[in-house]
Amino acid sequence: MESIGVLMACPMNPYLEQELHKRFTLHRFWKVPDKSTFLTTHCNSIRAVVGNASAGADAQLIEALPKLEIVASFSVGLDKIDLAKCKEKGIRVTNTPDVLTEDVADLAIGLMLAVLRKLCESDRYVRSGKWKKGNYMLTTKFTGKRVGIIGLGRIGMAIAKRAEAFSCPISYHSRTEKTETKYKYYPSVVELAANCDILVVACSLTEETRHIVNRKVIDALGAKGVLINIGRGPHVDEPELVSALVERRIGGAGLDVFEHEPEVPEELFGLDNVVLLPHVGSGTVETRKAMADLVLGNLEAHFLNKPLLTPVV
Amino acid sequence: MAAEDQSQASQSDLPYVLILKPPASFLLFGDHFFDSPNFQYLKAYESPLPLPHFLHTHAQSIQALLSSGGAPVTADTIRLLPRLGLVVTTSQGLNHIDLSECRRRGIAVAGAGTIFSADCADSVVGLLIDVLRKVSASNRYVKQGLWSSQGTYPLGYKLGGKRVGIVGLGSIGTEVAKRLEAFGCSISYNSRSKKPLVPYTFYPNVVELAANCDALIVCCALTDETHHLISKEVLSALGKDGVIINIARGPIIDEKELVRCLVKGEIRGAGLDVFEHEPDVPVELFALDNVVMSPHSAVFTRESFDDLCKLVVGNLEAFFSNEPLLTPVALDDLPHFSGRKD
Repeated sequence: MESIGVLMACPMNPYLEQELHKRFTLHRFWKVPDKSTFLTTHCNSIRAVVGNASAGADAQLIEALPKLEIVASFSVGLDKIDLAKCKEKGIRVTNTPDVLTEDVADLAIGLMLAVLRKLCESDRYVRSGKWKKGNYMLTTKFTGKRVGIIGLGRIGMAIAKRAEAFSCPISYHSRTEKTETKYKYYPSVVELAANCDILVVACSLTEETRHIVNRKVIDALGAKGVLINIGRGPHVDEPELVSALVERRIGGAGLDVFEHEPEVPEELFGLDNVVLLPHVGSGTVETRKAMADLVLGNLEAHFLNKPLLTPVV
Repeated sequence: MAAEDQSQASQSDLPYVLILKPPASFLLFGDHFFDSPNFQYLKAYESPLPLPHFLHTHAQSIQALLSSGGAPVTADTIRLLPRLGLVVTTSQGLNHIDLSECRRRGIAVAGAGTIFSADCADSVVGLLIDVLRKVSASNRYVKQGLWSSQGTYPLGYKLGGKRVGIVGLGSIGTEVAKRLEAFGCSISYNSRSKKPLVPYTFYPNVVELAANCDALIVCCALTDETHHLISKEVLSALGKDGVIINIARGPIIDEKELVRCLVKGEIRGAGLDVFEHEPDVPVELFALDNVVMSPHSAVFTRESFDDLCKLVVGNLEAFFSNEPLLTPVALDDLPHFSGRKD
């Protein structure tokens, strides 16, 4: 398969890159000085694109690659791929579901605990030597708090299962009610926000869910409410969130994703009720290897005319 | 005039509760935090008299003592209080009370019961996720603007499927187990004795427990037997992929050895709420990103303090009305506590 051209959209994983280089003719898109010339030169040899949460395959790229057969995403989110265009052109799309579900859910709970119990700030307090002068402030108990989940898919359900172990009552909003679960359903995100203490975004990013957490939702969540985002930055109206946090109209936030990663609003840096992570939801040694193997497995299956492992389109 | 005499008379009828040093609650909420119309406090720390002299003066009036971790109740103190019938403590730990002396004298002890167990267990899980997933370290990284200038942060380690070893399967250990099971962890434990109805794997000693787990959680009481229980041998058995979390008492771990292991990379990381000589913390730890620390605050939530207030007042009121204590400590099967300050 060495002659098959694979375009990797951005750096994402050294092991994946190495393996792609071994098995295919790998083109590292981020190293190309003139992208349009590159595409013109190589458009007939590139049959696969490997993308992730930062860069995928938009309409423009798809149009520039007439021999493109498959887009394999190193992520479960598909918001960087023009799925309609892929469907139209018969291009297959795969992602990495299930293997990262646990890590993302673990991190959501880790963020809830970090924000409510001020773990990062407590660590900072000890490191600064301030403990010698007195105790740190009281924080907020996590056990028993009401958790509201936007999107009850694989990740949302995994978050619910973990939060239940802390006796947290669970409620959710989804496109459709999931009658097979016992959790309380709210037909709107505003109602969900008004009735929970911790609101967590766990749905996929689509045109409909862009800014699903807007000013109204933030107001409904209120001065004691905490927002956790392990979905996609554009799920949240970021400027509105920032002003709500700065003005203390909302109780706190734990954010793994942002509208313009890796840019993060600096107004948040000094807030002790905010925890900011560099998009590490699936960022463990174990899971990234599993994700890479899934990308490789899907590509191999495709080029050997076997059934894809985790097809989306 | 008459009314004042009246109220003074009824005030002096109220039984006395001795406080040796102000508990943390007083510093946070003021010294009326544990007030009740049914008894009154005698604050030794407000008197200019040296403690033995103060105790001698008031010996006949003191029937109960409100203790906290920073004010040990030693045999010497107890011997100066012939009418003492109850010690109530605001802390989860009992290592600062000479329980043998209490048992000998027939003095009841009221503890925290299980009111702190949820917060302690939450702290354990929070610290464990933080260490494995580098939450505090990467939060620092982002807040210094390094994500945009230096790129991605190094990968963490998955919690799911990890083997968790709990040292001390009491109320807190049980709450920890319940939570971590939901994350797909497998649970094993070491306790003074095997617990018959518990579904977790029992290891007869801590070295074996450490050798068979990825995350060692210290949840036991500090006693003469558990001092430096987590030794060089245990840390070595835990190994370079192992993490240790301590929300119990600093002296349960050989701190010098722990620091050495962490500095040399002989264990993967640590989450520590307690230390041998609080509030002093070994400075070598400050340079390490794989260590997460908190200032003995595992139970320091508003909710726990509200619960504590009700419990302390409830226990004292029960005692003075000859009713059963809310959270009596069983003094029959005791490990040895020498009443040393922790």
